[in-house]
Amino acid sequence: MMRPDLDIIQHWIAPRSRVLDLGCGDGSLLEYLKTNKQVSETGLEIDERNIQGCLSKGVNVIEQDLNKSLKNFGDKSFDTVLLTQTLQAVNYPDILIDEMLRIGNNCIVTFPNFGNWRSRLYLFWKGRMPVSNFMPYQWYNTPNIHFCTVRDFDELCRERNIKVITRTVVDHKHEGNWYIKLWPNLLGETAIYHISR
Amino acid sequence: MPKTIPENSVGIVTPQCLHFDEPLTLRSGKSIASYDLMVETYGTLNAAKSNAILICHALSGDHHAAGYHKESDAKPGWWDSCIGPGKPIDTNNFFVVSLNNLGGCAGSTGPTSINPKTGTFYGPDFPVITVRDWVNSQLRLMERLGINQWAAIVGGSLGGMQVMRWAISYPDKLRNAIMIAVAPKLSAQNIAFNEVARQSITADPHFHQGRYLEHGTYPKKGVMLARMVGHITYLSDSAMREKFGKAAETMTSDAIKSNFGRDLSTGKLSFGLDTDFQVESYLHYQGERFSEHFDANTYLLMTKALDYFDPTVDYDGSLSKAFANSNCRFLLMSFSSDWRFPPERSREIVDALLEARKQITYLEIVADQGHDAFLLPVPRYMEAFATYLQRVSDEVNS
Repeated sequence: MMRPDLDIIQHWIAPRSRVLDLGCGDGSLLEYLKTNKQVSETGLEIDERNIQGCLSKGVNVIEQDLNKSLKNFGDKSFDTVLLTQTLQAVNYPDILIDEMLRIGNNCIVTFPNFGNWRSRLYLFWKGRMPVSNFMPYQWYNTPNIHFCTVRDFDELCRERNIKVITRTVVDHKHEGNWYIKLWPNLLGETAIYHISR
Repeated sequence: MPKTIPENSVGIVTPQCLHFDEPLTLRSGKSIASYDLMVETYGTLNAAKSNAILICHALSGDHHAAGYHKESDAKPGWWDSCIGPGKPIDTNNFFVVSLNNLGGCAGSTGPTSINPKTGTFYGPDFPVITVRDWVNSQLRLMERLGINQWAAIVGGSLGGMQVMRWAISYPDKLRNAIMIAVAPKLSAQNIAFNEVARQSITADPHFHQGRYLEHGTYPKKGVMLARMVGHITYLSDSAMREKFGKAAETMTSDAIKSNFGRDLSTGKLSFGLDTDFQVESYLHYQGERFSEHFDANTYLLMTKALDYFDPTVDYDGSLSKAFANSNCRFLLMSFSSDWRFPPERSREIVDALLEARKQITYLEIVADQGHDAFLLPVPRYMEAFATYLQRVSDEVNS
């Protein structure tokens, strides 16, 4: 089954377009887009098991660390560049987003919203870094080194003149409703941004 | 003593010699009026003739890529780790074609063949062959076998360069291009090593300007040296330590003092110019064995083909332009400890393919074995290779 945030973003991807997925995991999303939208797909991944998953799905994958450099990808060489649930784990999120906007005509970024009330309550009552099923790591061993909130990301987009085409914030069932729309940074768990420059 | 042939071997194979009468014009402008190609095949061609895989060999390879010629053979073909039932190039799914390239010395027309014009060995008169010429001769072989499109063309090192040439020159003739431990062209360092190899052969007093066969001899020492220097570039520093420096770990400090922490070949230092260390005797042995079956002129030709390879010459020096018309999917794999064709050389090709907007998959395999890793059953390499080709089989055999 596809992750529900992926179900939302697939509507933003044009049929037969060129899609680059940074940190593409086992290639599930690209396989879906290839089958249902006939996209021309490329994934970037460094985890061996995930790369093996891409191979078995017939998804084009390049073993390359997105924390190093994306200079080998030309300007506007893809229609859409994806970064799903990976932003919080990269070394320099702002530089990466600049690079994504250079490579793609438009970009889709999804990340867990650290401004969610659960994180806020956990920190408020326990005074410790939040640990949950969704964020199962301790502060010292987490790969998630750059958590941010919806408001933080909005601010980054404003500072860098990044155009937000669509912003969807959903809860853990990946449903958006009137009260999440009203208080996205408090009630939303996953933020999904469609951006361009 | 007859050995038991493993179950996942293609078993006993018999090479065949195919004769071609139509002259082949070479890159150099010269031509070969007629020629033979030695060929082995494994597996069965399907009814649609869509499951054929071509194997391109590297510098010292030949048509004998898998299986055994006879029960008493000590070793199987050079790529037996990858070709056979249940192996990555699965002969249950594919019809595998392997040949000895023109200019070779394993039965295809080359310097050790008789030149019909002179009635004696070609020797140094055999024309210089380029990768492009090999691919053109392989196309003739393809036509002879009645194959319209290869499911995949596969090669490592110099073999990978042939795959690249196919993808550029004959874009509709292959569905998949699989290049392993390859480079877009040689570096100055690569050419330098080749020149040392060539000089050691041509400086051998038994070389006789390449006409050694007419003199009933061969430049044994020269070929040995050439192979020794080549062999060093195929291995990594860590692979050599693993092979020849292990004893130090289990030694007492006195023993370490007496052999400098590396494996001795005779047990004590000679304090002379004799062979002291195992790595020396290993290289002597490898070089000597190689010189006994590999023709010196063929070695010179192969290194020249390597040096001359540059697919960008017709495309203003741009590799991505060279790939512009390619239609196939590409799989590249490199090995972390390969310093002959290191991963960054493969990434040059990957980047060119990305720029040309081709379908490309690239893996960088962590392996200690150096350039030679492409011939060895490195687990991740085997698994990825098998998975990729399983998808290819599903496509062409459905």
